Amino acid sequence: MDFSLLTTEILVALIGLLVLVVGLVLPDRGKQLVGKLSLLALAIVLVYALIAFPREASYFNGIYQVDVFGNYFKILFLIAGILVMLSASKYIKRFAAKSSEFYGLMILATLGMMVLSASGDFITMYIGLELMTISFYILTAYLQSDKRSSEAGLKYLILGAISSAVLLFGMSLVYAMTGTTIISEIAGAWTMQPAMAAGLVMIIAGFAFKISVIPFHMWAPDIYQGAPIPVTTYLAVGSKAAAFAALVRVFMLAFPPGSISFNWNIILAVLAVLTMVIGNLIALTQKNVKRLLAYSSIAQAGYILVGLVAANTYGLKGVLFYAMLYVFSNTGAFAVATAVEVDAGSTDIDAFNGLAKRSPMLAAIMTVCMLSLAGIPPMAGFVGKFYLFSGAIQAGYLWVAIIGLVMSMVSVYYYLGVAKAMYIGVSIDENPIKLDVPAQMALWACLAGTLLIGIYPGPLSNFVQTAISMFL
Amino acid sequence: MNNFPILSLILLAPLIGAIIIMCLPKDNGKAIKYIAAISTFLSLLLSLVVFIGYDRSLGGMQFVEKIPWIADLGVNYALGVDGISLPLMLLTNLIGFSAVYASWNNKERIKEFFALLLILITGVMGTFVTTDLFIFFLFYEVVVIPIYLMVIMWGSTKRVTKEYAGMKLTIYLLIGSAFLMVGLISLFIKAKGITGVPSMDMAFLATIDFPVSFQVMVFAFMAFAFGTLLSMFPFHAWSPDGYAGAPTAVSMIHAGVLKKIGGYGLIRIGLFILPAGAQIIAPIIAVLAIGNVVYAAYICISQKDLKYIVGYSSVSHMGYVLIGIAALNLISINGAIIMMFAHGVMAALFFAMIGNLYEKSHTRNVDDFGGLAHQMPRLSVGFMLAGLASLGLPGMVNFIGEFTIFVGAFSTYKVLTIIGVSGIIFTALYILRALGNVLFGPRREEWDHLQDLKGPEMVPLIVLGAAILIGGIFPFTLMDLISSGVGDLIAQVGLVQIGGIL
Repeated sequence: MDFSLLTTEILVALIGLLVLVVGLVLPDRGKQLVGKLSLLALAIVLVYALIAFPREASYFNGIYQVDVFGNYFKILFLIAGILVMLSASKYIKRFAAKSSEFYGLMILATLGMMVLSASGDFITMYIGLELMTISFYILTAYLQSDKRSSEAGLKYLILGAISSAVLLFGMSLVYAMTGTTIISEIAGAWTMQPAMAAGLVMIIAGFAFKISVIPFHMWAPDIYQGAPIPVTTYLAVGSKAAAFAALVRVFMLAFPPGSISFNWNIILAVLAVLTMVIGNLIALTQKNVKRLLAYSSIAQAGYILVGLVAANTYGLKGVLFYAMLYVFSNTGAFAVATAVEVDAGSTDIDAFNGLAKRSPMLAAIMTVCMLSLAGIPPMAGFVGKFYLFSGAIQAGYLWVAIIGLVMSMVSVYYYLGVAKAMYIGVSIDENPIKLDVPAQMALWACLAGTLLIGIYPGPLSNFVQTAISMFL
Repeated sequence: MNNFPILSLILLAPLIGAIIIMCLPKDNGKAIKYIAAISTFLSLLLSLVVFIGYDRSLGGMQFVEKIPWIADLGVNYALGVDGISLPLMLLTNLIGFSAVYASWNNKERIKEFFALLLILITGVMGTFVTTDLFIFFLFYEVVVIPIYLMVIMWGSTKRVTKEYAGMKLTIYLLIGSAFLMVGLISLFIKAKGITGVPSMDMAFLATIDFPVSFQVMVFAFMAFAFGTLLSMFPFHAWSPDGYAGAPTAVSMIHAGVLKKIGGYGLIRIGLFILPAGAQIIAPIIAVLAIGNVVYAAYICISQKDLKYIVGYSSVSHMGYVLIGIAALNLISINGAIIMMFAHGVMAALFFAMIGNLYEKSHTRNVDDFGGLAHQMPRLSVGFMLAGLASLGLPGMVNFIGEFTIFVGAFSTYKVLTIIGVSGIIFTALYILRALGNVLFGPRREEWDHLQDLKGPEMVPLIVLGAAILIGGIFPFTLMDLISSGVGDLIAQVGLVQIGGIL
């Protein structure tokens, strides 16, 4: 076995552990340096991961897979992690003495996501999932003096533990019926029996919790609102993408559509429609931008799920394509919210009043990113939705596509509500919001990503095509 | 000249202008306005070059450009104009250029205003010059958001608040576009299933023989989407409120060209790609079109606000366009396209004049005015020109459009056409009454301080007025062109239909 192909994971693990240790040893001033150095290190790993994208290998009889699909997601997590940490540069001051551990935990969460997306069997998958989720339990409660944050951490811990238990139970049922935990071996080894169906449903429920699909979404709004914004962002873009990666791998490899009598597509279709409809409708009434983005990201999970429902080339492409643009667009929107919260101390919609006069660029980036989430061209979200719903229509789910597209137009209403506050709201404070250099870099990267992917989607589309080639 | 990307240049000039404006400091008002004027003037000039340079004897798509864009969706950045799209592209640039001048006196946040206006103009133009469905849809949705922002930032609150008007307009159009997107994706997937290659090329899709039931479904989606955009009864409610709330330039572009995307889409995508579906749904459209003509005209008679009068009258006039399209013959479709051009310049001129008057007097209520021809003779000329064009006076381009539509439509829908013609009488009623009250009668002292049009304010009057008269006196400048474009389309559609029956 050639362990050099694991360099990405090994490096991320090393950086994460080093940051934890160094943070303890160094005095206060050094801690700021730790953050910058770890960002730099992650950037180098990202470059390496891009170079290593086409390399593939299988480890330990297939329990860990290095393949283009996993590699694609590793790149995605690294981009997301870097953007989130950059945008958090000013917010981190709130963590006072614990800022270097923040970086450490974020990096370990990234490692968890990587393992989750590359695991070839249920046990490894579970380890990756827990590494990611436990890091997030801590991060969610990171603002110790803030009651909401502590509450969010506790809620997440309890609900997350239950969902993990459900997922694990589902996995054990599938193991009981097939005698293997290796995903690619399950496909040939199973017969349709009640216990098997129960196992599948539980696996769906366990993952549905992680991607906050309705009716497994109850945790999301409170936790998104209570957690520190950078953590919320990473939870929304990273943890969701990782769970999707695992979901796609399990269902496409272990239970390929058409080969089995159990039609999981229709279950997911119903979940996706519920999520798109209810998520968007509840978001309409929100007055707090963080909470609004929480509901919007619930709805977004519904759109992405449509791609897996379709389970064909366009649909899967849509899943991967959308997950990537979602990183840029959602992080961009959250980064603006972070800047506003740092400045005004609140993310209520009133705090955004007059933003277009104070900081025109921030308002423009917020508008562009939100419209991308709504699927308005020429922003990236439009192409993503085009792929997702093309897949759905091709697979015969016309009704899902109609509901999804209408709901995404309904979502424009609440996104424009924020735009309205920014463009015609009046604020007492007329001074521009001051941003430091890393946050500016993150914002510009999000804007550039959202627009470039939208205007010229060709390269990313080819990239995604390679990444899904193993399933079809 | 053949390889010169002239259409790209026309399309991108306003966008480049917008980017330059975004980089300028916001207090440099003069430079911002000049850049907006120069970039739209460049587009206008080049589109005139294309208009004259288009080889009428050859016909078909000309000035074609094609760059592969998204391989697996079969999307190309493909541009080209024919007899149908060329007049509408010219219309866009005439109105775009005038709209910049109609907003010349704007003092509030001009940097954002002109940047958004130029993006809007690019978006509208893009739908007319592309021959690729994906790119068409992309531009189609691009326009919605700048309009919303412009309405809420620079709009006016009268009967309804500008926030309400803007949101109503946006949501109506977006819900329509959701159905359009469903239709387009279905079309794309079906075509891929039949031919095996992904393609978004309109001409290629038109050669495919889709099953009739499928055509009916997709055409129904499109009729809903494009009908909403064209303010087809009963999906027209956004239109008068939207125009009333919007700033002058947006009203001009929206009523002038944006609506026409609906008619253009119905012809270019609906009739061209889905002829069998069109034939089955056309009678429904014809009946709704009469709803437009008569119902909106009735409402219009009782309106007091000048913008609402023009708003409802434009809903009413779109009924003519719809009936022309629904009649599905060469003459009526020719008429529909001329009517779109004619109504575009007329409505834009009307809104420019109303905007100018409102800016100076802060009211749009018909009863507040009287005898304005004494104080503002040039403005009155503009009003009269637009008003007389609106009621279809011979010598104006609108007359050509209406006449052609009714001649064409009469052979298909006899009763409906007769009802439709009554719209002309209603139009004369409300337009002449409104203009009479506003412009003529005794001089009123309270309006003595109003300044007549001068300097940059004259530009919309000259440009749009000239288009109305030239089109009306020399109709063949447009007619030959449009006829060649529609002829090509009918020829192709006819062939497909025969193939379908056999």
